[in-house]
Amino acid sequence: MSTKKIVPKKTPMSEQPPTERVRNFDEVALGYTPEQAMAEAQRCLQCARPACIIGCPANINIPVFIKLVAEGRFQEAIDSIRATNALPAVTGRVCPQEQQCEKECVLAKRFDSVAIGRLERFVADWEMAKDTTPELRNIQPTGKRVAVVGSGPAGITVAADLSKLGHEVVIFEALHETGGVLTYGIPEFRLPKGVVRHEVNVLRHMGVRVVKDFVVGKTATVDELLRAYDAVFLGTGAGLPWFLNIPGEGLNGVYSANEYLTRVNLMKAYRFPEYDTPIARGHRVVTIGGGNVAMDAARTALRLGAENSTVFYRRSREEMPARSEEIRRAEEGGVCFIFMVTPVAFHGDENGNVRAVEVVKNSLGEPDVSGRRRPIPIEGSNFTTSADVVIIAVGQSPNPMISNATPDLKVGKGGVVTVDPDTMKTSKRGVFAGGDVATGGATVILAIGQGKKAAKAIDEYLKTGTWLKIT
Amino acid sequence: MYRIREKQVLSDVTQLIVVDAPAVAKKAMAGQFVVLLIDEHGERIPMTIADYDRDAGTITLVFEDVGKSTMQLGTMKAGDCLLTVVGPLGHPTEIKNYGSVICIGGGVGVAPIFPIARALREAGNTVVSIIGARTGKLLLWEDRMRDVSSKLYVCTDDGSRGEKGLVIEPLKKLLDERVGEFARVIAIGPSRMMEKVSEVTMPYKVPTIVSLNSIMIDGIGMCGGCRVETADGSRFVCVDGPDFDAHKVNWEHLESRLKFYRELEWLSLERWKHRCALDGVVEEGSK
Repeated sequence: MSTKKIVPKKTPMSEQPPTERVRNFDEVALGYTPEQAMAEAQRCLQCARPACIIGCPANINIPVFIKLVAEGRFQEAIDSIRATNALPAVTGRVCPQEQQCEKECVLAKRFDSVAIGRLERFVADWEMAKDTTPELRNIQPTGKRVAVVGSGPAGITVAADLSKLGHEVVIFEALHETGGVLTYGIPEFRLPKGVVRHEVNVLRHMGVRVVKDFVVGKTATVDELLRAYDAVFLGTGAGLPWFLNIPGEGLNGVYSANEYLTRVNLMKAYRFPEYDTPIARGHRVVTIGGGNVAMDAARTALRLGAENSTVFYRRSREEMPARSEEIRRAEEGGVCFIFMVTPVAFHGDENGNVRAVEVVKNSLGEPDVSGRRRPIPIEGSNFTTSADVVIIAVGQSPNPMISNATPDLKVGKGGVVTVDPDTMKTSKRGVFAGGDVATGGATVILAIGQGKKAAKAIDEYLKTGTWLKIT
Repeated sequence: MYRIREKQVLSDVTQLIVVDAPAVAKKAMAGQFVVLLIDEHGERIPMTIADYDRDAGTITLVFEDVGKSTMQLGTMKAGDCLLTVVGPLGHPTEIKNYGSVICIGGGVGVAPIFPIARALREAGNTVVSIIGARTGKLLLWEDRMRDVSSKLYVCTDDGSRGEKGLVIEPLKKLLDERVGEFARVIAIGPSRMMEKVSEVTMPYKVPTIVSLNSIMIDGIGMCGGCRVETADGSRFVCVDGPDFDAHKVNWEHLESRLKFYRELEWLSLERWKHRCALDGVVEEGSK
């Protein structure tokens, strides 16, 4: 190890001040300048046996790209990341680095880890600002064709990796915009849509064709795709919102987080009436749930002008599944939290509009299957709080449309497509699946990781034509 | 992009477009719908497929001026393009040989009931149809419906064409006079009309199918905004429907949900009209 002086703290990244940012949809975190990035990159100790790489599902050669940043060789740095990760501008923003690469960083034992995520974002943004597309290597076409269903993180990764190997890839997207959850789910202030468009454009530049407005399971079945393509990858995500099944859930103003966020992010309802899709801008907004989606919804409500945006979560703060950074930013913006409560009913007015949420208080029991302590309702502790918009963000599962139309595709609990964890093979010959459709709902980076595994296995299948049944 | 191949003005408030959408036309079945989007600033709106031509790769949509999006669509001409036409979505209407069936279309609902009546007839049913509108000038496709029905009843609210009255009047008469003959009633129209049809058929215990048109975004089961309350629980119109057992639908709930954005929709429409007036798209005197 070198004898260089250790800089204990991460180079700070500037953010929009909380008072300003809660009233606009611009990105909160502003990114590094080249000088900041080089200074931060010089904190890296360039370990002989780097642990950070082990923590990265996208297998980015982290020390190599960071060394290039430290030397100001940004083009080479981004090329090195793109060799394994097709979505650097996205993962640099939304990956939970503190639980992955940065957690493994040797500095993290005593000091701040190297700000790997911020550096990844920096080089990706640098490339985007340069407005040039990566140079293409001359690839020999294999003559094999692959249909990728869904243009979210898993699909984009599979498409990029297979196209680099010379396979012809066509992506089928059900919506009118690409990006999947990156576009309809994650808000502009956390992941600008221009970033997603850029990543998809890079893919197009590589020769990947994107067919929008195409619903596999309706416009064509998986079996029909298999007649025209040598393999099919399902990266259709977890788009089916869960509801609570309690009285009053059908009232106007009660939204699934999917609907609320889709209206705002995909349809740009925050710019109504310039854009045609309306949304109820509540005064008192209650979001139910404790994950990243709940944080996104509650923060969005403030930006839509809510006087009060409160998150109701059934356990305590410690059990919240949202990233600590997202919780912090939500709190800074003025989102309130009420812990240990479970909604039991929504109450409305004579027009069928929601007016109040009735909840019961919980105590925490023994840990359940998720490892988190189980909430137990305290009888008679009900109370009611007023709300004119309620957002239900308690989870989602895979959309059953494809599995319903594909009888020989095995699905497990909650509609999750059954896959072999090493190859992402499904029960159906020639069909692979990855991302939320195979996990039930996880992170962008996990979807990317599974996409990489699937691409490797698809390439092998295309070369050998052998299909070992999954057990 | 999806090119409008042909456009017809069917009445003062109703228009028909034939749109290039080969992938949809290839799979479309009676009772299914598409989601369309006019341009980048538009909203995604569901529209039932009124007809399709697999060889030509086109679908036919019939729509009424009800708000900003449909009015804007009405100003488009043959050769113009829509940003999105996706489908066919939802389940097709169940077509079997039931024996005798009654098909009811109200207002713009006559258009989507037409392919269903035709399919039922092709499946061997005796199809008796009832179509209605507020006034004779708004009545759609009388000839087409007559062609696929063994008997067609026409009614208008003001009596300017056919019988004066609502579609439920001939319906009651048919059910009273030909007891037990009809195995099924299928109705498409404004939700109040479908609700009334449902009330009429309930005591006769005739299975009654309605095609619901609730507020949707994606049309593929992602948002849940289109959810309706039924006797079997909450259902998504886009993926569980659009056809439902009329006797199980909570109509009051459906109607309240349809009204939720009324003020914002009005705002959007007024803003659009104002801009059109500025652009000179809408000339003085026209709507």
